[in-house]
Amino acid sequence: MMSPEVRAARAAKFAQRNVVNKIATALALSAMAFGLFWLFWILFETVRQGIGGLTLATLTQMTPGPNEEGGLANAIYGSLLMVALATFVGTPVGVMAGIYLAEFEPKGWLANVTRFVNDILLSAPSIVIGLFVYAVVVHPTHTFSALAGVLALALIVIPVVIRTTENMLQLVPPGLREAAYALGAPKWKVILSITLKAARTGVITGILLAVARISGETAPLLFTALSNQFWTSSLGQPMASLPVTIFKFAMSPYENWQKLAWAGVFLITLAVLGLNILARVLTRSKH
Amino acid sequence: MLATPPVIEKTKIAVKDLNFFYGKFHALKGINLEIPEKKVTAFIGPSGCGKSTLLRIFNRMFELYPEQRAEGQILLDGEDLLTSKEDVALLRAKVGMVFQKPTPFPMSIYDNIAFGVKLFENLNATDMEERVEWALRKSALWTEVKDKLHQSGSSLSGGQQQRLCIARGIAIKPEVLLLDEPCSALDPISTAKVEELIVELKEDYTVVIVTHNMQQAARCSDYTAYMYLGDLVEFGATEQMFFKPTRKETEDYITGRFG
Repeated sequence: MMSPEVRAARAAKFAQRNVVNKIATALALSAMAFGLFWLFWILFETVRQGIGGLTLATLTQMTPGPNEEGGLANAIYGSLLMVALATFVGTPVGVMAGIYLAEFEPKGWLANVTRFVNDILLSAPSIVIGLFVYAVVVHPTHTFSALAGVLALALIVIPVVIRTTENMLQLVPPGLREAAYALGAPKWKVILSITLKAARTGVITGILLAVARISGETAPLLFTALSNQFWTSSLGQPMASLPVTIFKFAMSPYENWQKLAWAGVFLITLAVLGLNILARVLTRSKH
Repeated sequence: MLATPPVIEKTKIAVKDLNFFYGKFHALKGINLEIPEKKVTAFIGPSGCGKSTLLRIFNRMFELYPEQRAEGQILLDGEDLLTSKEDVALLRAKVGMVFQKPTPFPMSIYDNIAFGVKLFENLNATDMEERVEWALRKSALWTEVKDKLHQSGSSLSGGQQQRLCIARGIAIKPEVLLLDEPCSALDPISTAKVEELIVELKEDYTVVIVTHNMQQAARCSDYTAYMYLGDLVEFGATEQMFFKPTRKETEDYITGRFG
């Protein structure tokens, strides 16, 4: 039997621990509430103001002049096109570089340098990337162009995809690789059929998150694709995009432009939310 | 230290003066050993004694890691596999391996087995189906999975997954099967099934098994090698090793006084 003194000492200790526990929980909860408060406020405002400006005309008509009727069709098209092309260009580069880092000489000097440079690129402000593309593409060609926009967005996609691909491949148990090698499989086969396949949901999630990231980027497009009041499919010309149009319209004094800006914000939020949910669903169905 | 080679029928793998290094660490010291064909040979010994290391040299698995290095000779049917010019993939087709943890590939049960076969043979659909069934029957898994061949391999239980890995290994018709503690992650019933399987497999294959479980070595092996700190202490017929080992160290380990 435990002596009464020991029991009393334990009870006192436990009571004290209980108090500390409650304080810590309260602090954590209030921090969460503080964060969620702003998030929900932003979402609420976006939905309230955005739904008002969203009509069928928003999706079908071109961006209007001040105080005219119009929509966001060319901006939506431009965003979709540039984001799709940037993903199309950036994903293979990112996935292959990620494979190199995880599967070929993960500890070599080249891999270490690549990783370091990639980390810098990953945290580089997007305006820096916009200016860079302006300097190397827009300035020499003497024109803003959708192509320059695609390049800037692709430069943002690449480091994100490299990082997630490498991390996801590293999560594949080494035993799985060894088992494939033990059957006599060549390296390319092990990577394509076993490790990449085992990590595919994670890699796809990384790509989706990169898409979500670039669909809201304004700064890199401001210096590259700029904007266009009209519909264009030519990559050699300036092209409208949702973020830049929002930027332009929201700062204007015209009420119809401001309304459209809110509608655009609402559309982007919806798209990013959708991508995030899709990424979640993909990761969950696997694990 | 040299162990007396037992009188054996035909040698499948002969290890001669084998030294192995992890970087600077000398993990195997002058190993000499002859593994008989179509028998089960068990490697026993405390953790870190080098038994798995030795096993992983037989299919040159260690070459995946540049800091690991083997010196000496390992003759497979008389030919040194360490210096062989033959592609390592062809060696691994002859010398299959099953690991401690079940490692089903992220694909269907059927494709798990077809994966290895496709690397070396071009079979038509019918022949491939026959081969998959043959491998699954051989590894005593067929009746449990025949109705769900196209489900994911990881949907199976641990014991079934391990038998799937064995099926995958024998589907490419190797000559030698290396088993690295194949039962350590399994429950007793699955272990019993895998042990039965091992005894059956020696009809066609030379089996080398690393095990921590002394009873397992006693139950299913014909020959046993006792290793300690990178040395091969004693090698002989399992019965002799367990009933009257010639060396004191072996007896201490087997009777549980040490280890």
